[in-house]
Amino acid sequence: MPDIPEHLLRRSAEARAEALGVPLEQVLAEMGLAGEGETPPAALEEITLPVQPANPDTTIPDDLRVREAAARQAAVEEFEAKAAPAPPASPVVTGAPEEPAPVVEVPVPVVEEPAAVVEKPAAAAAAAAAGSKIPEALLRRSAEAKAKATGRPVEEILAEMSGGAPAEPAPAVEVPAPAVEEPTPVVEKPAAAAAAAAPPTGEPTAPAQAPTPAGDRTTTITAPPVAAPQGTPEGVRPQRLLTVVRAKAIQQVKAEPTDKVSVWPHLLLIEFVALLGVTAFLTVLSVILQAPLLDLANFNLTPNPSKAPWYFLGLQELLSYFDPQIGGVMVPTVVGLIGIMAIPYVDRNPSTKPSDRKFAIMFFTFFLVASATVTVLGVLFRGPGFNFSYPWSDGIWFDDLKDWISFE
Amino acid sequence: MADGDKTSLADRVGEVGERVRNSQAWESIFRPGSPFKKGYTDSPRNRSYVIMNNVLYHLHPVKVKRHGVRLSYTLCLGGLSFFLFILLTITGIFLMFYYRPTVPAAYADIEALSTSVAFGSLVRNMHRWGAHLMVLTVFLHMSRVFYHGAYKPPREFNWVVGVVLLLLTLLLSFTGYLLPWDQLALWAVTVGSNMAGFVPVFGDQVKFALLGGVEVTGSTLLRFYVLHVLFLPFIIVIFMAVHFWRVRKDGGISGPL
Repeated sequence: MPDIPEHLLRRSAEARAEALGVPLEQVLAEMGLAGEGETPPAALEEITLPVQPANPDTTIPDDLRVREAAARQAAVEEFEAKAAPAPPASPVVTGAPEEPAPVVEVPVPVVEEPAAVVEKPAAAAAAAAAGSKIPEALLRRSAEAKAKATGRPVEEILAEMSGGAPAEPAPAVEVPAPAVEEPTPVVEKPAAAAAAAAPPTGEPTAPAQAPTPAGDRTTTITAPPVAAPQGTPEGVRPQRLLTVVRAKAIQQVKAEPTDKVSVWPHLLLIEFVALLGVTAFLTVLSVILQAPLLDLANFNLTPNPSKAPWYFLGLQELLSYFDPQIGGVMVPTVVGLIGIMAIPYVDRNPSTKPSDRKFAIMFFTFFLVASATVTVLGVLFRGPGFNFSYPWSDGIWFDDLKDWISFE
Repeated sequence: MADGDKTSLADRVGEVGERVRNSQAWESIFRPGSPFKKGYTDSPRNRSYVIMNNVLYHLHPVKVKRHGVRLSYTLCLGGLSFFLFILLTITGIFLMFYYRPTVPAAYADIEALSTSVAFGSLVRNMHRWGAHLMVLTVFLHMSRVFYHGAYKPPREFNWVVGVVLLLLTLLLSFTGYLLPWDQLALWAVTVGSNMAGFVPVFGDQVKFALLGGVEVTGSTLLRFYVLHVLFLPFIIVIFMAVHFWRVRKDGGISGPL
């Protein structure tokens, strides 16, 4: 699964593990990430991600976009180059308030088998180094939350987070993974807090694990010299929610490239031609066809038939079938106006594919055909007294068209 | 070509043109990136500037999806509706010079327009056929939008605005129908406003307000005239502004099918 960013996969696995109540390792194994070690800074990576808008501003010229992408690439490379050899500078706080024992994790890159632990060792190192770049405000907030959870003064925690931890080498506590035969752990996991409380042993256990045979997948959780009140349950990865980022913004880090063309000249040219075409069409039509002008209005002389403008003739047609309350009021307002306005709120089907919306298309087509039919009936097939007539035998009783048909 | 020390007319015209294009006035008219500016070259940056530094930026983004440019996708129906509105405004202003909305004068003015005003007949014909065409293009535009499912979120409200625009277009056409004050106009409006009388409860009141009386009279003519040339265009321009703005803000042209 190379397409999905690793931290997303991991988060999803954690959520699943929590939901199903199974160990994280098992879920990871199911997802094809078996034995992958902890990548503690993942949560932090999310925060520091450059969140790009889902819809990038299309008004940025191409060359600007390219230059910006190059600059960003350069920055990332520089950052990785700097980060790769650097030892971890400060601990990363990942203790979750709801967990019984918030544990401060120090992401020491004492990885025995980089390939087995993470896919990209450089990335892991870079991410670890990113720990040192936590803004002070965030650190402080996290320390305060932690202080609240553990009941200790903030200053003490802050001091631990900034000063104490990186100074001494962090003792590593082994969490036995399924494949470990002889992990030689210093202490069992539940006693991790106690081990952490004890002075550092100076010799980290992690290097001792280095010669273990390949395939021995171990997860290294390093604990700082912090006294945590209780032990952490097996298989639970303690973490702290540092900030809430909109899920959409994280998942759509890269906007999908769409095939676009410049409005100038492509669209404007088409529009200009269309305008010219319509103007020419209308001018020619107006030269050929004379707009009707009948006799002076006369209140005493009702023409037979009296017809509305053509776009209302469908309604007039309906009026001859139904009661005025239905044909003249219900249909135009309820169906014609409110009904059409309500379409987007009634049609909740999100798809725009014609094959997915057969009913909607059928419905609207029925509406179109029906209105066209009644309009044509009203225009062409209604003679004196608004009775049915046939245009080919009785003539057209629609004065708007008078000059259309007399034109030779 | 210059013949000896004489300069040809073409050279002199070219020189004047050059001087105009170098002048501060010319420079001030066109914003950077305009194709009319001196030294315009076709580059992606300038293509963006043509739109970005132009009043057209209110209508168009710098780039559109490629499928949106295909003529068969939109058939230009929305744009043509807007263009027809502009055309109708221009021809309508011309007609206003020669038309008085009073019972004794209206019909005579229209007759005179056809006989004694240069291009009067042509402009009137364009106004009338253009109005019918606009009703048609607005309706077809609505159908096109429906079949593309382009009213779906986040464009729901713009669809509602569009239906209001259709209604306003019909009202504009209907109020204009009466103005020639001939038999066709009188009785078509009579029939149409009789339909308004069927509105439940307020039917008579609606009809009275529409006609300015119980039947079509001179005050109806004046009322329809004011509605036609002032009130409804004012309203429809506001709705069009919202409509176009929402097209831009709701993600531009809808996706391909």
